[in-house]
Amino acid sequence: MEHIVIIGNGISGVTLARHIRKLSDKKITIISAETDFFFSRTALMYVYMGHMKFEHTQPYENWFWKKNRIKLLKAYVEKIDTDHKKLHFANGENLNYDKLIIATGSKPNKFGWPGQDLEGVMGMYHKQDLENLEVYAPNNNVCKRAVIVGGGLIGIELAEMLNSRKIPVTFLVREDSFWNGVLPEGESKMINEHIKNHHIDLRLSTNLKEIKSDENGRVKSVIIEETGEELACDVVGLTAGVTPNIDFLKSSKIELGRGVKVNRYLETNIKDVYAIGDCAEQHDPIGNRRPIEAVWYTGRMMGETLAQTICGNRLAYKPGHWFNSAKFLDIEYQTYGWVFGKKGRPEYEQHFHWKHEDNTKCITVAFHKDTKAFLGINTFGIRMRHEIFDKWLTDKRDVDYVINNLAEANFDPELYTNYESQILAAYNNQLQTT
Amino acid sequence: MSNKLNSSMSLAKPDAADLSTKQKLAVGLGLVGLFILVLALLNLDLPNNAIFLTVSLSLITLGTILFANDMYLNKSKGIKNDGVWFKSISSRGTIAWMTGIVLTSFYVVLYFYEGLLGAGTDGAENTGLISLFDPLSQLLSGRPASQWFVYGTLYTIAILAFGYKFILKYRHNRYEQIRTISVMFFQLAFAFLIPEFMYLMNSDLPYYDLKNVWPLNYYNFEQYRVDSFINGGTIGMAMLIFGIVSVFIITPILTFKFGKRWYCSWVCGCGGLAETAGDSFRQLSDKSQSAWKIERWVIHSVLVFVVLMTTAVIYTYLGYDADKYWLTRDVFLFSVAGFLTLVFVLTMIFKRNELGKDAKFGAIGYFVIIMVLIGMHLFSSETKLFIFKAETLRSTYGFLIGAIFSGVIGTGFYPIFGNRVWCRFGCPMAAILGFQQRMFSRFRITTNGGQCISCGNCSTYCEMGIDVRAYAQKGENIVRSSCVGCGICSAVCPRGVLKLENDSMKGRINPTEILLGNDVDLMDLVNQK
Repeated sequence: MEHIVIIGNGISGVTLARHIRKLSDKKITIISAETDFFFSRTALMYVYMGHMKFEHTQPYENWFWKKNRIKLLKAYVEKIDTDHKKLHFANGENLNYDKLIIATGSKPNKFGWPGQDLEGVMGMYHKQDLENLEVYAPNNNVCKRAVIVGGGLIGIELAEMLNSRKIPVTFLVREDSFWNGVLPEGESKMINEHIKNHHIDLRLSTNLKEIKSDENGRVKSVIIEETGEELACDVVGLTAGVTPNIDFLKSSKIELGRGVKVNRYLETNIKDVYAIGDCAEQHDPIGNRRPIEAVWYTGRMMGETLAQTICGNRLAYKPGHWFNSAKFLDIEYQTYGWVFGKKGRPEYEQHFHWKHEDNTKCITVAFHKDTKAFLGINTFGIRMRHEIFDKWLTDKRDVDYVINNLAEANFDPELYTNYESQILAAYNNQLQTT
Repeated sequence: MSNKLNSSMSLAKPDAADLSTKQKLAVGLGLVGLFILVLALLNLDLPNNAIFLTVSLSLITLGTILFANDMYLNKSKGIKNDGVWFKSISSRGTIAWMTGIVLTSFYVVLYFYEGLLGAGTDGAENTGLISLFDPLSQLLSGRPASQWFVYGTLYTIAILAFGYKFILKYRHNRYEQIRTISVMFFQLAFAFLIPEFMYLMNSDLPYYDLKNVWPLNYYNFEQYRVDSFINGGTIGMAMLIFGIVSVFIITPILTFKFGKRWYCSWVCGCGGLAETAGDSFRQLSDKSQSAWKIERWVIHSVLVFVVLMTTAVIYTYLGYDADKYWLTRDVFLFSVAGFLTLVFVLTMIFKRNELGKDAKFGAIGYFVIIMVLIGMHLFSSETKLFIFKAETLRSTYGFLIGAIFSGVIGTGFYPIFGNRVWCRFGCPMAAILGFQQRMFSRFRITTNGGQCISCGNCSTYCEMGIDVRAYAQKGENIVRSSCVGCGICSAVCPRGVLKLENDSMKGRINPTEILLGNDVDLMDLVNQK
């Protein structure tokens, strides 16, 4: 029986294993050094905030794996010998495979800041980071202030986490407005305000110079690059993006770039070795997508696709229309299609922006300035139907159609106030003036 | 790790769950209010019952309101579950166990030792706690209080005060607000005030909470009630007819249109208490698949029990002679058997695919049981129906289900098993509505394409123990008989994945293998087989 070995028990590896099991009788082993069972990484924040217990983050009950004959192995892979199709573990044992899938995800970026490895400096990615945070920031007596470095999705989640335990947070963001490498200006500004309303000390256009240590090798303070200001703190969260977790592959023959280099079929340069999820790097980006996509959904989709290939139906990874979502403190964010911030916006992309007066809801619709073709939508504080936008993107609807039929796409709970007529009025208004 | 807190030493993490000064004050006010009730319970002669009752109930209400104000109004609108699993009361800590024991004892006394509460027997005056409530009862219906009046008053206050708290907690969510106003209204008007006023108008009519439908109201068709309905003139007859119509016509229509939520989380008193006073315990429900299996066996057994019991009870007070009254024992029995057979046959013909393997076995099994029991009747003596005396069946049901299950376990164990234990495992009304919801209703919880991140907030906060995430992460709509449509899964979802809605029956149940957002060809290939 063919032995499929998957390194990494995250969403990519687990989705792959589940689909291989549905399609075949192959022997499946999943290896992880992080946890015994699959858990939802995106839910770690809720454990710290007391919304859930860790076991609630596990989507499958513990009997699931045995029942589906998916073997779980807790081990750390140190070396891969692709010539002999053999994995070497840190504990000295080894394992043979017939097909190997690398799905090891990411690790937090560290940009060589002085003091970045001190005690009390941490990312927020692994379960071990959460355990660390419980040690260094259990409450606001132990942690008088935390400094977060890097204004992305993980940064704001970490800010929300610490905020829930009433730990004062200073949030250093390199950009001049929160996440404006991705978000258009109006949205980014709205989130700036929202962050400040939660009493988080948001410092825009601010970089970290160094992290200072006390006499015991623990974080004492940070120094800010621009002003030289020293901020006393007990915890530093490094959330300036993530990078593929592939150091253990450096001694192997597998081709690496920033991630594991793969073709459209998620195959590496070595036969029978594949890579999926955050750690896979496409030779050529797909459409507007980045070559490395560190997103929950893309990891899952790669798993769904590769299962077909492994079970004999060789299939290219062809993701459909881009979508994503996040939550910024109390404001939910969804996106369908492409809406660019300042950075990398094509010259033909024009925006229609509507914001509610309460400053917690807004939408941005991107369209082609000449053809009026609908390109994408960002929504904040209003839920939208994935299915409808997917269809509208496929059908190549124009912006007029989308704005006039927005009610059809609304996914807010029943009895909520709707804003479609306001949005339409604003649209008609703006269009006349332009 | 010198700084590590000894969190393992305490059941709660006090640092994160500390009460503010205002909250402590509010708890204090509420406790003083409760203390007055305890004084009355201890038979201390309070100088003026009317004043002390007013002070007590006002303090309890005021304490809850002040607590809620301080807890929610100073924070921005949004999900307020911070520290739920750190607080003793909401994570099965010491306070939760103590609360559970106090509540359970209260129910035991209420159901079985009402004398301890001061109920006057044989026309004697009330004493103790019950006498404290005499002035209010006199005001509403001109008669002294009973233990049920005391219970009803406290129950209503709990729904109103904690309903207020719930509305503040979800002040960003209009569905939750309006739903809560609805349960508060139905409790206050239908369960509490209207029956008292009806007594004033016609004291021969039995207590009838009009929204309390059989089989939840399992005693509705007992002889003494039916007699007094029939003797109660036009209003009495109207009430009897309403009781029957609400079972066979109103309930199915509303459930078809809106799902069982129209009842369970908008109208019902049990649901009302669970959604308001019980809201802090919703995360305690068991989500395991084994719990789901137990649930299906237990709740359907209760349903069979109540159908048999009610049939038996009605059967025994009907006559044999068709000349005296058209509804004889045999006509009744064959109607029941005929109706059940009709439901069974129609389900098997039209909804076979929607019945899982288990459900099919269950349906066949139970149907056979009913048939067998009816068969046995043909060979049983005059005083006995089936194999038991009807009266034995009735009192057993009243004791086991009516008192122990719905009261002592259902509510007393809120802080341990969660707030919907009765609704999930025991309520025969929920079983009927749920059966219809699964088979024949426009209601579902729609999953938003591929947006689920499997975080598990939905499953954690489902009070019915539904593993919502298991469906959401597969892109599958949730069509489960137990779902009461409280809407909290949708509220706590951080990615906008879930929406309760009524839509057409077509495509309501939609298992998919590959989620929306992937390769179109792959989705077609895999999902269409």
